[in-house]
Order: sequence, then structure tokens, then C-alpha cells
Amino acid sequence: MSKNTPHKNSKQGNMRLDNGGRIDRQKPVTFRFDGKTFGGFEGDTLASALLANGVHLVGRSFKYHRPRGILTAGYDEPNALVEIGQGNQQAPNIRATEAMIHEGLTARSQNRWPSLGFDIGAVNSLLGRFFPAGFYYKTFMFPAFFWKRVYEPIIRNAAGLGRAAKDQNDPDRYEKTHRHTDVLIVGGGVSGLMAALSAGQSGARVMLVDDANELGGWMLSETNTHIDGMSAIDWIKATAATLNAMPNVTVMTRTQCFGYMDHNFLTLAEKVTDHLVERPAHLPRQRMWKIRAKHVVLAQGNHERPLIFGGNDKPGVMMAGAVRSYINRYAVIPGRRAVVYTNNDDAYKTALALVDAGVKVAAIIDQRPAPSSVLMSQAMARNITVHAGHAVLDAKGTRHVGTVKIAAINPKSGDVTGQPFYLDADLVAMSGGFTPVVNLHSQARGKITWDEDQLCFRPSEYHEACLSVGACNGIFGVKDAMADAAKAGSVAATAAGFKASAATTPDVSEPDMVMRPHLLWKMPSDAVKGMEPKAFVDFQNDVTASDIKLAVREGYHSVEHVKRYTTNGMATDQGKMSNINALGILSDQLGKPIPEVGTTTFRYPYTPTTFGAIAGRDIKGLFDTQRLTRMDAWHRANGAEYEHVGQWMRAWYYPQSGETMEDAVKREVKKTRTHAGILDASTLGKIDIRGKDAAEFLDRLYTNMFSTLKIGRCRYGLMLKDDGMVMDDGVTTRLGENHFHMTTTTGGAANVLGWMEEWLQTEWPELDVYLTSVTEEWAVTTVTGPNARKILEAAGCSVSLADDAFPFMSYQDANLAGLPVRIFRISFTGELSFEINIKARHGMALWQHLMTAGAPFGLTPYGTESMHVLRAEKGFIIVGQETDGSVNPHDLGMSWIVSKKKTDFIGKRALERKSMALDNRKQLVGIKTEDPKMVVPEGAHAVLDPHQSYPMEMLGQVTSSYYSPNLGHSVAMALLKGGHAMKGQTVWFPMIDGKKPIKAVITDTVFYDPKGDRING
Amino acid sequence: MLLIDCPHCGLRDETEFACGGEAHIARPLAENAITDAEFAEYLFWRDNPKGVFLERWCHTAGCRQWFNAARDTVTHDFIEIYAMGSMPASKAGKAAFADAWRRNTASEAAAKPSSKGGKS
Ligand SMILES: [Zn+2]
Repeated sequence: MSKNTPHKNSKQGNMRLDNGGRIDRQKPVTFRFDGKTFGGFEGDTLASALLANGVHLVGRSFKYHRPRGILTAGYDEPNALVEIGQGNQQAPNIRATEAMIHEGLTARSQNRWPSLGFDIGAVNSLLGRFFPAGFYYKTFMFPAFFWKRVYEPIIRNAAGLGRAAKDQNDPDRYEKTHRHTDVLIVGGGVSGLMAALSAGQSGARVMLVDDANELGGWMLSETNTHIDGMSAIDWIKATAATLNAMPNVTVMTRTQCFGYMDHNFLTLAEKVTDHLVERPAHLPRQRMWKIRAKHVVLAQGNHERPLIFGGNDKPGVMMAGAVRSYINRYAVIPGRRAVVYTNNDDAYKTALALVDAGVKVAAIIDQRPAPSSVLMSQAMARNITVHAGHAVLDAKGTRHVGTVKIAAINPKSGDVTGQPFYLDADLVAMSGGFTPVVNLHSQARGKITWDEDQLCFRPSEYHEACLSVGACNGIFGVKDAMADAAKAGSVAATAAGFKASAATTPDVSEPDMVMRPHLLWKMPSDAVKGMEPKAFVDFQNDVTASDIKLAVREGYHSVEHVKRYTTNGMATDQGKMSNINALGILSDQLGKPIPEVGTTTFRYPYTPTTFGAIAGRDIKGLFDTQRLTRMDAWHRANGAEYEHVGQWMRAWYYPQSGETMEDAVKREVKKTRTHAGILDASTLGKIDIRGKDAAEFLDRLYTNMFSTLKIGRCRYGLMLKDDGMVMDDGVTTRLGENHFHMTTTTGGAANVLGWMEEWLQTEWPELDVYLTSVTEEWAVTTVTGPNARKILEAAGCSVSLADDAFPFMSYQDANLAGLPVRIFRISFTGELSFEINIKARHGMALWQHLMTAGAPFGLTPYGTESMHVLRAEKGFIIVGQETDGSVNPHDLGMSWIVSKKKTDFIGKRALERKSMALDNRKQLVGIKTEDPKMVVPEGAHAVLDPHQSYPMEMLGQVTSSYYSPNLGHSVAMALLKGGHAMKGQTVWFPMIDGKKPIKAVITDTVFYDPKGDRING
Repeated sequence: MLLIDCPHCGLRDETEFACGGEAHIARPLAENAITDAEFAEYLFWRDNPKGVFLERWCHTAGCRQWFNAARDTVTHDFIEIYAMGSMPASKAGKAAFADAWRRNTASEAAAKPSSKGGKS
């Protein structure tokens, strides 16, 4: 063995070995952690670089604020979560074991206050009784004030993971992309590579994705495995080159598959530039891939399980495999004097690697009574003491492990049988067995089975076209795994329609060993019952072995209940480390075998994924379509304030200099009634209806009759759902014998078209009717008010606008200012009104022409707020404001619009139900406040007696409420139980926050011009 | 995300479709007097079987055409996709139709034109 010892005073860390590793020693990197500057090499993760500098303490735990160190070397890391980046690029909860360092990288520890070394929250640890299992549930049983005043502030200060950036204007760009592929292989270890070789050789389109920065998987951390006579790493390099040369194979690194959904739909998150100092402008930071694969091969390997003992969460206690990874892959020793604690053969490789790296191995503590393997003989030949049939009882030390308490145990019961003894160690490398990664397999609803021989779950049945191979299929030997994968690759390609055969499995030389762990779920301890040291199962959520036992004692026996009660497995690592240990303890406590205890559901996402990648470019202006009318530029230029109506941007009101919204609306609605107003009504839904059965169809669609409508006339119609409740309203005009023009509410346009299509396609396919949405085709301008006729005349209208020539509720084709228009004489204000439809491209020209022509007549633009006030003055309803899906035409006082002659229309039978005519239904009424200036808030509840005791008997609620400048008092509508029979009665609206109840009287809904004289100007 | 074989457009992502719920619910005709409770069978009551379910889908972000499908609610497999107005042809689809509780309801009987004439 070559002597490979760490440098004493290296800039890249005093725990760095002189030789070896996958780091690039030609490229030193400087980075900062918690304000201190450190050195590392390109190829280091933040974790390996920190360990190289002897830094283990990287965070505080969630509940108890215990000091925590680096446990693993991969994405299963539960402890080492840090914030990376600054300002608006700060990202929380990044696993230090995954983040590659680059020059200038800035990272901070999380969940500590005021500093990592001294943390006030750590007193929680002394108040262990404060946070028992089920703490959250128990706390909710206290009176509300106790929660609000005492618990919540404490928890909010103490708990929680990293902070999101304060400046949430993320400057980075993210993208989404889609791809269809024949075979998707998840995991780029030797198994994934073998599967890719088989599938790739068949000519199938293959995608091979791996989360790490280079292919190779776990073999990057092993030195004693040889493939085809070369080192595993050389074989990986050669194979990667072979795959890269195949045009049908796409190899992606830094890409994590985080979701597996129905019909082989998988989601990948690719870290495109996270690892770069200079991020090229043309590349996104991250990219989310949505993959549809004909066949999937999962080759994700396994996770090593911790062992449960006191202080197993202390910095310096690490997974044995991770220790080997830091030595072999990163050339870093995580300690100088180690104890290896295991229940299987694999950790012996760690002991040998430690000795090779110059680390003193104080002892191997093996739970098994009589272990025996080649590796063990090698270890003993290197003078390592092996304590078989022993267990670690406690790892002691304040901020780092310093001493390990060990004792002989009964290997079956776990009872301590010998006198405990102590060994000094600054590193404990533990291995509690191996858990195949079945997460994605299970997300895809594949079934798993408990392997009693290897003590792990492995895939048993597949739901999707998918195969798990190698270690994630419970096949742990390298050669067997590669053979399994080679076969699966050809099966997958064959299933995708290609002629494939398994690639030849290479010769593999690997240490002869058993991965089977010793079966012992009980935690060996010599402490008095109830005084055992804290032994962690879920490191991230601070769940201890005693928490799980407590949950069982309190009656939680189902695994799903125990999970929620203790929060085990519910942290961001989703129980990658903890699930099996928790199940083991549970099965031991319940005296039931694991298959009977069951397992929890594996959920999406497999690993935490940034919202940036999920959102992609669908943010800000691209989040949703914004629809603008053709006159929008005019509204903008004239200072309009805007309102969102569905996707439409509508002018809300037009404040002039110094005007408040109230001032502007007051001016607009007054001027409209005294002179004239102009409204951009282009957003109204418009549907062109043609066909020989068009009239018949409308008769079935609306409550009233349309087949009797004369050509050139308009009619208001009410549309119901088949349950008899109001769905939409609007005016429909007969343009020809078999041709109608329907208008709908702005927000309901798409629904109404869909609704009509559904009935035509599914219920009445025999009807000859064609529907076309023409909303965008027409720009619509409403001119309303006593001067409306004069303004149109002044604008140059080709047809007579006189009342007898152009009566209310009629329509004419005309020319206005030389442009062809459709003019509808309909009104939503109660004033003389013309709705002028013009081809959209002329919308702006017509608007400007009308503004000029109307100026001498006081024409005033008004927005949607004034539109609402004007219609409320007249008691016109707005569907969706006066109605909520539980209101029928009778409730609205609109029984007149329900035809009694028609044999059928949508909602007819439902309207005949007894419940639809009950006197105590909520009915639409007007509300007039005693104080004319008082505007009742919309949504306010009406009661008869404001002094009654709680809960008050409520009559109903206000649906629309405005101050009417034209009337000098407020106007409101409300839906009140039995309201139609209550006109003239007094009601009260109790207010919150100590305000006086508002007194009002129930009235008719029409406040302005009840006789309708103004409709003719 | 389901992959749905639109009869007009071929295999497309589920996000392009809207599920219209249970298929083959016959609408009672107004002339056939049924009680409010019987009418509720049509209006409110929907089946929710574990297994093969006959349902309506619309390719809303595509051709906007409605079609029927027999889908297994456990496996999410589409057993068959068939035209609006037609009946399932697969064995499982036929069985799902025949076994549906709705087959013996008054509301379904009332969806057939009455022998006394009137609207048909
Ligand atoms: Zn289609």
C-alpha cells in the first residue's frame, strides 16, 4: 500500500489526502461558509470540501437544535442542508453533499441562532418533554389562546428549515421541455450503463440520466472492484464513451428523476448551470424535462441505513459508505481515529479504506455473533480489532463525537450482556444494512415485497412498463447487478419495438461478501428504562426511537398513523434514511413481522425540486394569457385604471388629474345619465350560431322562446344548468332565419360555448347547428345616454336612428363613418343605448371617431366600475354576482322569463321540483340604507334583530352594493330568505370590529327610472 | 399524467382533455312524469365504481370533440375508446354498462318516448 496521508497545512484542507480522488487538483477553488473562507478543488461537493477542512458541524436540528454534521455523501442527506447564494439568488435547503463548489460560492448554515456554535434553541434539547411524539397534535388540544400566544411564537422562531430569499425577484431563468423516448434509464451507475448498452445497441432512442456530476454511481467511491480487467472507473469511462458515440443515446448528468406518473410519464430536473461560476446567458439555471417513455429502467441503487444508538446524530457519526466515498472519491479523511459499527460485511471495506488512508481504526463493532468473510480476515491482518456480538450504546461528545460506549449484547434480544467499555474516536462509521431505492417504482404504483433474507423491500410487481435493476432490485453484487441490467435493457428495447439482445456482461472481480444485515430492531442500552440517550431514527425531523415507542404506547399501530403522529419520514428527505428503521422498531414493538406492519406511501417529488424548474417560463407576464381589446392603447393613454375580468384587462375607471376612484366614478355615471357615456364592451362573449335547427336549439338552451324572434330583433335570455340554477345570461339577436348572434357574460364566454357544444354533441346530435366563437372578431363600443342618438348621427350613421325606424331591442347593419357596422339597440344602463360592433381591426378608429363626434355632446368614457353602478341603479343582475349556482329565475324575480309553453328546455324539469318554489328560498331584493351615505359591504349578512344572541339567525347576504351619485343614496341588492314577501320591512347588517349595525329597508331592485322612460332617450 | 387516444387526434396528454364524468346517463323527457326523487337519479346520482367505468371525455384543447371511454379506475388503463352515441364493444365495457345500477332506474325508463305520443 502506498502511503497516502493528509497534508498538515494544505490550503485545500488539512484532512485532504495527497493522492487519489475524482477532484481536479489543478483547479483550486475558494469558497465561503458562514463567513469564513475555505479552499477546495473542482470536483468537490460543499460537504467534501468542508470535511477536507475538518468542518463537520454544518447545521442545527429541527426541533432540538442539536448540532448536526454531514451524514451521507449523496442526495439522501438529511442533516447538511445549507443556504447557497446571496441576495435574490439565495436558495435554501440545498444538500451540501450534492452541491458542487465553484470559485466564490457562498454558503451558510441554517436553523441556528445566534450562531452555529452557540444556539439558544438548543435548550429545547433539555426540554425534551416539550416536544414528544404527537407534540403538534397534543398542542392543538390546548385552548386557542395558549397556542397563539405561547406555542406558535416559540415554534416559529425555533423550527423551520432555511429561509427563502427576501428579494423574491429570482434573476435566474428556468425552462421546461418535453421529450418522447423509447427507453428511459434512471441512474448512471454500472447497472444503468449496462442497460443503456443493451438498449442503445438495438437502435432504440435511449435516455440515460444521473443526478451526479459524472456517470459511475457508487463505483466512483469504490477502489476494490475491477471490471473487464480495468478499474471500475476506467470501465465506466470507456462505456460512457461508447454510449456517447451512439447517436440514438442521450446521456444526461446532474439530472434527477423526481417523479413517475401514469402511463410512463416522468419528470426530470436538470441542473444546467448551478455548478458554474460564469453562467452563460443562453442557458437556463435549471430545466425540467417531461418525459413520455415507452419503457423505463430504474437503476438507482440503494441507500445505506443508519444504526440506532444514543448520539447517533452527533457530528462525526457518518454512514460507513459515505466515509469510503469521501476517502476514495474526494481524497478526504473525515476523522483521525475511527470506530466502525456495523451489522453486515460492507462496512469492513470502510475500515480497510480508513487504514489505507492513514486513519487509526480503534475497532470494528459488529452486532453479529460470528461474522466471517475475506474482508474481515483482511481487516484482522491489518491489526484491526473486531468486537463481534457487540453494539455501540452511546456516542458521547458535545459538538463532536469523542468517546464511544460499547458493550457485548445478546444478538437476538439486544440485551446488554457485558460490562460496557469506552473507546476514543472522532469518527463513527455506521452501517445498518441497505435499502433498495423503490421510491419511483412505488410512485408508479409498482408493488414491493419484504425480502426476509436481505431485510429490505424490493420490487415485486410492476404497474407500468418498467423494470428495476441491480441494487434497487435487491441485487447487491456488482456482477449480478450488471447481468440483471443488461437483460432489462434488452427487454425494455424489445418492448419498445426494437430487436434487442442483452449486452455481454463483463468479468467483474469484487470482494466476496454478504450484504445481509443482522436482524435486530431493538436498541441495545444499559440505561434505566425511560432514561435511554436520544437515538435518532429520522434525523431531519428529530424523531427518536422513543418517540416511535411512545406512539405505539398511545395506541397508534398503523404505520401511516405513526408516521403522521411522530412526523417520521415527513421531512424533505421523505424518509430515505429513516423509513425502514422506523418500520423495524414498529414491528418489534407490535410483535408483528414487517410485511404485516406495511409501509407508507412514496410520494412525489422523489427529491426536493425548485419551484423555478417546475414553473419554467410560466411566470409574470407569461403566467397567463392577457387579453387586450383593440381600444386598449386609448384606455392606457387616457390614464385608465384596470380591472382583471378573467383573462381580460378591462378599463375600470378613468381618473382625471387629482381624482380619486370615487370622484371619477361619480363624474362618469352622472355624465352618462345627463349627456352620454362610451364603454368598451368588446370583451362580451360572442357566439355565431347557424344551421337549420339553430332556433330550435336556442329554445332548448334558454328558458324563454327564441324561435318566435323576428329577424332583426334582439331578446334577453337566461340560461340554466339542468339543475334549474342560473348559469349565464345575455342578449341574442336573429340575424337571419337560421343565423343568430349570441352574447354571453365576459367571464362565461368559454364555458357557454363549451356547454353548447356538449349538448349538441352528446344529447342532441341530430340538430343541425354550427357554433363559432367570434368574441375576438368584433370590437364593441357602447354609446349610452340621452345624447346617444345625436352622437351617432354626428358620427355619420347610414340608417335612421329614430325610435320607430330603429326600436329598442332591434338590430341593423349600417355604415358608421363609412365603415360597415352592426348596431344593436340594447341597454345595460336603462338609457337610450347603441352597441356598435365593428370588425376588430377598425375598433380603435371607430372609438376615436366617436370620441371626436361625441365631444360637443358631453360624451364621457366610463369603465367597468361605472358600468356596475349604472346597472345596479336599474336593478340589472350580473350572473356570478347576484347568482352563485344556487339561484333560480324565480329567486331573481324573473319568473316572467321562464316559458310555460315549451315542452323542454335545459333546467325545465328541475325548476318544477317542489324545493324550487319554496317561500323561504333566498330571493333577490333591493336594500336601501337608512343613512343614505352608508354603503353596506358586499357579502354583509342581514338579520332581523341585531341584538339577538349568537349564533344569529341570518336571512341572507348582500350581493351588490354601491353609492349612487345619480340618486344621492346607496343602492344594494341582496339575496334574503323569503325576501320577496318582506318589501318595506327593516333589516340590519351587523358589522365586525365594534362598528354599529347598519339599518336598512327592503325595497324593489329597480332604484332608478322604475317606469323605464329613459330607454328611448 | 394519462395518455389518451383521441379518436380524431391520436395519443395526447391528459392536460389537453376534460373528463365529463359518467357516460350513458339518459335524460328523462318532460312528458314522462317521474317523482323528484326519481329525477334526482338523473340529476345528482353518479356512479363511482372501483374498476371499469364508462365515462365521457372531451378533447378540449384539441379537436373539442366528445367521446366515450371505458377506463379502469384502479389501473387507469383505457380499455376502449368509442364514439359518442355508440355502445362499448369490449367485454369489460359491455359488462360495465349492463351492471350499472342506473339500468333499472325510473329516470332511465323516463328517458324513452312515451307510448302515448307527445315529444319524441
Ligand atoms: Zn382530438
